[in-house]
Amino acid sequence: MGELSGTTAVVDEARDEIVLDLAAMSTREANAALRSLPDGARARLDNPAGRHNLAVGLTRAVHVRIAGPAGYYVGGLGAAAEVDVDGPAGWGVGENLMSGTVRVRGAASQSAAASAHGGLVVVEGDASLRAGISLKGGQLAVAGDVGRSCAFLAQAGTILVGGDAGEALGDSLYEAVIYVAGRIRGLGTDARVEDLTEADVAAAGALAAAAGFDHVDPQNVTRVASVRSLYHFDTAHHGAY
Amino acid sequence: MTHRPDLIDPGRLAAEAPPAHHTFGPDVLAGIRERAELGRYPIRGWGARRAVPDFDDLLLLTASASRYPLEGYRERCDTRTVFGARRAARPVVLDIPITIAGMSFGSLSANAKEALGRAASMVGTSTTTGDGGMTPEERSASRTLVYQCLPSRYGFNPTDLRAADAVEIVLGQGAKPGGGGMLLGQKVGARVAGMRTLPEGVDQRSASRHPDWTGPDDLKIKIEEIREVTDWQIPVYVKVGATRVDHDVRLAVAAGADVVVVDGMQGGTGATQDAFIEHTGIPTLAAVRLAGDALADLGLTTDVGLIVSGGIRTGADVAKALALGADAVSLGVAPLVALGCNAPTYRRRPVPPPDSAPTGASDSAYVEVDVSAEYAALGTAPGHCVHCHTGRCPVGVTTQDDTLAARLDPVLGATRVANYLRALAMETTMLARACGKSDVHRLEPEDLVALTVEAAAMARVPLAGTDWIPGR
Repeated sequence: MGELSGTTAVVDEARDEIVLDLAAMSTREANAALRSLPDGARARLDNPAGRHNLAVGLTRAVHVRIAGPAGYYVGGLGAAAEVDVDGPAGWGVGENLMSGTVRVRGAASQSAAASAHGGLVVVEGDASLRAGISLKGGQLAVAGDVGRSCAFLAQAGTILVGGDAGEALGDSLYEAVIYVAGRIRGLGTDARVEDLTEADVAAAGALAAAAGFDHVDPQNVTRVASVRSLYHFDTAHHGAY
Repeated sequence: MTHRPDLIDPGRLAAEAPPAHHTFGPDVLAGIRERAELGRYPIRGWGARRAVPDFDDLLLLTASASRYPLEGYRERCDTRTVFGARRAARPVVLDIPITIAGMSFGSLSANAKEALGRAASMVGTSTTTGDGGMTPEERSASRTLVYQCLPSRYGFNPTDLRAADAVEIVLGQGAKPGGGGMLLGQKVGARVAGMRTLPEGVDQRSASRHPDWTGPDDLKIKIEEIREVTDWQIPVYVKVGATRVDHDVRLAVAAGADVVVVDGMQGGTGATQDAFIEHTGIPTLAAVRLAGDALADLGLTTDVGLIVSGGIRTGADVAKALALGADAVSLGVAPLVALGCNAPTYRRRPVPPPDSAPTGASDSAYVEVDVSAEYAALGTAPGHCVHCHTGRCPVGVTTQDDTLAARLDPVLGATRVANYLRALAMETTMLARACGKSDVHRLEPEDLVALTVEAAAMARVPLAGTDWIPGR
């Protein structure tokens, strides 16, 4: 390995990765270093120890590998980049993502992919409460189970759940669509199970393939979408929530 | 037997109005009938209409023998206001301590947003986006633009975030603290729906809390994220609706806010439930003192800015708010009125005769078009209209209808709003000079007395003519 001049980063020549040791760097220093990388560059963050706000706001097509658990908002507000977390992630992984990919090789805490406008968030373990909340066009794929209120207020985009879904799935959905491979503990207000079409099978299959989920059979997922009965005020809705 | 002339003298009954019923007055009766007929609650725009203690209940103690005034027209009185210098590489620097509050494109027309941006730039102050994101017109028109991060996150994106001059994390607003935004379907046209990723025409009900964090400890992390994404360049504001102000200000500061924005119950809205507007939160007068005292207690009055909003109308309001601890005020309804809101007419350029020479754009070049009948069609009248929620604003301010929106000329509107803001700044400095202050920020509680016991208690200044502050 060689040391980069003027930084605490070193280069892992065997892997062609720039290595940033978070044990010796602030989050601000690490993110600034990541933002300075050109398209196509690869970087690794060592010793993350659950640090918050890692690899946020990236704008270039770089690959960032976080070698351990990450805290809140990892990869959030990003575009174009590919961020891999070798471990679990905290709240809001990939929140407000615009494009690119954030992959968690473990479980994710609450609000995974919240308000993501684009891109793909992959959770290879389970995701906690409110996964895909307020989703705005992005894609979320969870290999395992999701907790309560997955896709709450989700406006657009696609969610694939490889395991089981918790209570209140799809509550107050707009136009986002959810595919669940396992069981659904309960639907939220204004969400319903709909027939699976060929387009759905193709969409679920494409998302499973992008996420690398071999265990999901797109022919055997359940489609959940909005009834659209809450789109307009109606006195009859009182008590529906 | 008791003599009851009111019962036996028909002439007197005819001559005098019957006694008003306090509990079931005419407005209450009308409200009951409306609910009975429609089976829902009233929704409207603007802020609280009820009488609450406000800045009119305070007076400034200007100079005399014991204080030395500054010459009103000759000696300088600074109004420059800086926010975020402690952490941000690019602090917000304003020429006047009077800013324009967050109002959405959606609630307002694009012309209205552009006009506000132009006006703010003309007088060297900031304007603020709103729910639904930033429009290019607003960005290009605004020298200093504050970008709101709201619970809905409609249209929120890192590109616009980095293009902003500050970011304001909205936890609530004075008209509806604890409630989310509302934009009825008639205002969710194609452009608004596209910016918000919503189906066109839905009754949009925004979330009341953020999707990816809950408490103040989370907020601290969220603020760090935003600083990272913006490379620590711009200040971070936190806006709260005025309820538990002391606690909320302290928590916002603990989370790392550069500026705390406190919006009192008179703060306006484009649409929300009347019950929310009239029955939640506390008056701006009470809020400003609580917030100012919280910052003072923390020893952070220099490092953390305080912006107060909710019913600010005049330079006297501004001066009193600054005296109670605010560094700046923020206005929503008043600039809209300057734009033409509630006016019986709108102004349009005359259609020139063919082959005529082009004319200038001075006020006199415009013709007045009376739209009183359109107010009447909405069930209201100029001067009383709070029908922003209908999207049928006769003067083009709060509408998404192309024909109505075109009635607001953004250049003329900007001139009027800039005139208004300048007048407010002049009134503020006039009063500050009379109090002997060479900087409006040196106004202090000692410069104030209260006209009522309630105002004295809320503002914690003496009742006029006494040294009595209730509770002390």
